[in-house]
Amino acid sequence: MNIKLKIWRQKNSQAKGKFEKYTLDNVSPEMAFLEMMDFLNQKLIEEGKEPVAFEHDCREGICGCCSLYINGQPHGPRERTTTCELRMRFFKDGETITIEPFRSRVFPVIKDLIVDRSAFDKILIAGGFISADTGSAPEANSIPVCKHHSDKAFDMAACIGCGACVAACKNSSAMLFVAAKVTQFTLLPQGRVEAVERVKNMIAKMDELGFGSCSNTYACEAECPKGITVAAIAKLNREFLHAKIVAE
Amino acid sequence: MSGTIQVYLLVRQIYLIFKVMGKSVFKLSTISSKVIMGIAGLFLMLFLCVHLAINLLMLLGDEGQMFGKAVYFMTHNPAIKIFEYVLFTGFIIHITIGVLIWLRNYFVRPIKYAVTPRSKTSCFSRYMIHTGIIILIFLILHFTHFFFVKLGWVTGPEGIDTHDFLSMSKLLFTNPVYSSIYIVCFIFLGFHLNHALQSVFQTLGLNHPRYTPFIKVLSALYGIIIAVGFSIIPIYFLFFHTV
Amino acid sequence: MATLNAKIPEGPLSEKWSKHKSGLRLVNPANKKKIDIIVIGTGLAGASASSALGEMGYNVKTFCYQDTPRRAHSVAAQGGINAAKNYKNDGDSVYRLFYDMIKGGDFRAREANVYRAAEVSNNVIDHYVALGVPFARDYGGYLDNRSFGGVQVSRTFYAKGQTGQQCLLGTYSSLLRQVNKGRVTMYPRRDLLDIVVINGKARGIIARNLVTGEIERHSAHAVVLATGGYGTIYYLSTLAVNSNGSAAWAAFKRGAFFGNPSFIQIHPTSIPVLNEFQSKLTLMSESLRNDGRVWVPKAQGDKRAPKDIPEEERDYYLERRYPAFGNLVPRDVASRAAKERCDAGYGVGASGLSVYLDFKDAIKKQGKKAIENKYGNLFEMYEKISGENPYETPMKIYPAGHYTMGGLWVDYNLMTTVPGLFAIGESNFSDHGANRLGASSLMQCTGDGYFILPYTISDYLADDIRTGAIPTNSHEFEAAEQEVKDKIARILAVKGKQTPMTFHKKLGKIMWNYAGMVRNEEGLKKALVLLEELKEEFWKDIMIAGTANELNQELEKGLRVADFIELSKLICMDALNRKESCGAHFREESQTENGEARRQDDLYAYVSAWEYKDNAEPVLHKEELKFEYVELKERSYK
Ligand SMILES: Cc1cc2nc3c(=O)[nH]c(=O)nc-3n(C[C@H](O)[C@H](O)[C@H](O)COP(=O)(O)OP(=O)(O)OC[C@H]3O[C@@H](n4cnc5c(N)ncnc54)[C@H](O)[C@@H]3O)c2cc1C
Ligand code: HEM
Ligand code: SF4
Ligand code: FES
Repeated sequence: MNIKLKIWRQKNSQAKGKFEKYTLDNVSPEMAFLEMMDFLNQKLIEEGKEPVAFEHDCREGICGCCSLYINGQPHGPRERTTTCELRMRFFKDGETITIEPFRSRVFPVIKDLIVDRSAFDKILIAGGFISADTGSAPEANSIPVCKHHSDKAFDMAACIGCGACVAACKNSSAMLFVAAKVTQFTLLPQGRVEAVERVKNMIAKMDELGFGSCSNTYACEAECPKGITVAAIAKLNREFLHAKIVAE
Repeated sequence: MSGTIQVYLLVRQIYLIFKVMGKSVFKLSTISSKVIMGIAGLFLMLFLCVHLAINLLMLLGDEGQMFGKAVYFMTHNPAIKIFEYVLFTGFIIHITIGVLIWLRNYFVRPIKYAVTPRSKTSCFSRYMIHTGIIILIFLILHFTHFFFVKLGWVTGPEGIDTHDFLSMSKLLFTNPVYSSIYIVCFIFLGFHLNHALQSVFQTLGLNHPRYTPFIKVLSALYGIIIAVGFSIIPIYFLFFHTV
Repeated sequence: MATLNAKIPEGPLSEKWSKHKSGLRLVNPANKKKIDIIVIGTGLAGASASSALGEMGYNVKTFCYQDTPRRAHSVAAQGGINAAKNYKNDGDSVYRLFYDMIKGGDFRAREANVYRAAEVSNNVIDHYVALGVPFARDYGGYLDNRSFGGVQVSRTFYAKGQTGQQCLLGTYSSLLRQVNKGRVTMYPRRDLLDIVVINGKARGIIARNLVTGEIERHSAHAVVLATGGYGTIYYLSTLAVNSNGSAAWAAFKRGAFFGNPSFIQIHPTSIPVLNEFQSKLTLMSESLRNDGRVWVPKAQGDKRAPKDIPEEERDYYLERRYPAFGNLVPRDVASRAAKERCDAGYGVGASGLSVYLDFKDAIKKQGKKAIENKYGNLFEMYEKISGENPYETPMKIYPAGHYTMGGLWVDYNLMTTVPGLFAIGESNFSDHGANRLGASSLMQCTGDGYFILPYTISDYLADDIRTGAIPTNSHEFEAAEQEVKDKIARILAVKGKQTPMTFHKKLGKIMWNYAGMVRNEEGLKKALVLLEELKEEFWKDIMIAGTANELNQELEKGLRVADFIELSKLICMDALNRKESCGAHFREESQTENGEARRQDDLYAYVSAWEYKDNAEPVLHKEELKFEYVELKERSYK
């Protein structure tokens, strides 16, 4: 198949970026989307041009490295799929594919399609953990955990920290990401102990970093490759209100 | 004289509220601001129900007797007086936070996407600020015609008592331009409310796999009822009632 | 021959570690503040070590090449993590786990190390649960276990098919907690390019800031490598695309011996190659073999759709050849069996390079729901990639490069032959012999990081309490930095025609063909010649776009491929030297009549430890393996 590409190019974080157009022939439908990008880069290098910088690592949808805003959607058109899991068979022959970096003031562009998502780490540094020192853990089976809660905690912990929720949200809100972590921990007895401090610290950090506020638009849920639902955000709101009103 | 004092008090109140709000939106977390705004919104929604019920009394065909009684009650009961201030504060809180939050959110993405976002979202939620501003404009219009007239800040139409809302309504609604504006605004209010009710549940942390779909339906119904309910009145006066 | 002292403590196997631990020197809390430690890598090994060292009070500087520690490739482990908890009451014990690992590794691992790994496995699970890792549980709220390739007990803890992710997020959260407390400083987006050795001790690193291109110097009293495996040597593998052997190679060049470099596990169940631009092979967890049955058609070149092939015309070759273990034979056995079938012309799929993994019977017996509960996300992943629905049609699978048992040689204290340079997790060679049993790497990585290294490194650092901060302006730093800069300048200056990816693909082909699942003398010798040619070609014709002082992914790749080519030569030399077959290392010259691997314990019961020589061939040292507690047996899964 043949495709046309419109890709955001930006030399570095200070430079002004712009779109460049490329055409690519002989793309095979079995190719992964990122393999198509590799193919493009090979071609650009051969033509003496600079290849497109984009982030990727595991290429199997688990590390959360890959990003890209493809044709108006983070991670492209397929539901519950990361960019690296996308295949060219999901696109039409002759189609124009527009690729932009995730856009948010909190995720500044570093180069081309690579953005800086370290704000996520900063939120988790503020409280995304259970304070258990090495060596202090009791025997694992001494705390039974309701299977239902444990399974739910797993669903929340499936977040890969890709930032698609922020990229999709019209407000660049990080609520889905934060909610997933807060919910995971509060569902477990081990995590309940510091629930109050955790949610306060994480929300304070999230606000300080300048993420937008949630307007319950739910684009995050629609685009989350790992199926984190907005029920988590409600839970986060509940935990937060509890921390602010009841627990104080 | 009393009018000037009232204006002064009102301006002062607006100033104070803005001051507190301005601080709080920057001091309050985004979640808390949303919660406060939502609670204020809920209160407004309750008020809308009462307002609608009273308005519909106009249609009873009893020459406005019931309506008159209700209006009398609403304008003379001291509890309602307090309620009025609370309501006013509610509006200001809701609008201030709404605008401030929107500003915050707007500036988090300095460079917009070139391709229009295609994510599946609830569509009304994207336009809350727009529907909100339409409501705000309407509110100003509405206040000039009714509430401020009552307060005596604006002179009402000649020959009509400042408390005779029925006659005022008749006069206004028989004007097709005013009626159309009125109806259009209520349709937008309907859109606003369609998202608002279910949104406030989410904001307050109430999301449940079984009940949330029901709340979404309820929210849409509420929006429709308010929009249709309020629109019936001008339609009635326009087409079925001759003065 | 330099002395190769593994420092294995005396005493009975089960007491070695506890005795050794009590004898190790400590550093008092006030002094820990004065000591800096560099940790490279944030996988299970690196993250757990960083957080444990941070908790102890050391100043830790942790590096990774990704933008955040959470993306280390441990995140991709699917199947599970072992521990000798005996929760299933099926007779498991530390000894049995130890024995299974020794046997699984085909008797090429050090007894004492393996026993210790098994011993701390229970602490690992306790700690993960305390950190909030949501392992699978049963309805009573207790932890669930499943069985995993190569063993007959259920001791594997799991979190659906995302165990690695869940464990990594656990270690990552404890790492972030130390960042919060100011004990750990994170340096993400850095590539380690060299290790600085001062007066014979590892005292720092040279790293490239991947955003600005700046070459940075970082000093410390000890350096810990936790840089994972180098399976990407084959180009296509189940590893992350940017996984590399450069850190280990840098250490090797600075004097750390490389242990068993040729022991590379080929995983039997990965999604086969679908197109010529393929950049990565996705693993389908081994746990699938619990319920899936592996087969090929009985007739050669049978191109019928799988559903049209009747039961009696299917060859369930694993069940046929290994009735006792059936589909659950260890990885090396399963991989070679698949290759054998495909080479003999029974393979399926367009390329003939795959076999079926069929869930029909399991779905019939347990219901679709049960299968979905166990493997839902794996099936989804398969469907996304291949476009086929595994609930209806069998999966197609083929072996892929996966795990490197080989790595930096370390002693019992996890220290390499360079004092102060430690290696933990997959980057060392120590616990898996010639083949790794499923679910034992996560266990080893975490055990190393949380429960072993913190003690042994303290013993080493006890001498350094008066050293004071290590300055970065010494001539050793100067020289190392200059070397790195020169290398970068040199690679940029070639301005040839072929990209790093082209070279990597060429390298992968050589290695897969001659140093992959099956090896022989002729092939390995040929590979060495080809590698020499490739190296020459590389330095004549490499094309690196862009410059050194910016984010430059081509440069990153180029430097990695350059190291890979060197490392490949070492792999081939090691494979050539070891004329026996053992575990994943299968030498055609050493097999039984029915094609099973034949070990030669009298000749090869040793660890090959290679020493780098400037401008000369690497030198082989041997660490004899003494088996005092297990009897060397032919590994049989029949
Ligand atoms: C697909 C897959 C599935 C697996 N499933 C299982 C399983 O079910 N059970 C099991 O026990 N094991 C499994 N394994 C094996 C196991 O996951 C790994 O062996 C283990 O996670 C390795 O952890 P690590 O901490 O040593 O290294 P990694 O997690 O690979 O981390 C390496 C770290 O080093 C850093 N790094 C590397 N090179 C450099 C450099 N030059 N400069 C700076 N930083 C560098 C990286 O940034 C990264 O942080 C699986 C492996 C794969 C690939
Ligand atoms: C009768 C009038 C109104 C009612 C009943 C009402 C009600 C509500 C409710 C209940 C919400 C949901 C809040 C939440 O999810 O927590 C909401 C949201 C909103 N309202 Fe109103 N509102 C009214 C008028 C206005 C006006 C005049 C504006 C002015 C500009 C406005 C702006 C907004 C905005 C911007 C939001 C979305 C906020 C966000 O989710 O980020 N509203 N409204
Ligand atoms: S919540 Fe979903 S979209 Fe957001 S970071 Fe996590 S996985 Fe990505
Ligand atoms: S590259 Fe790892 S999730 Fe896409």
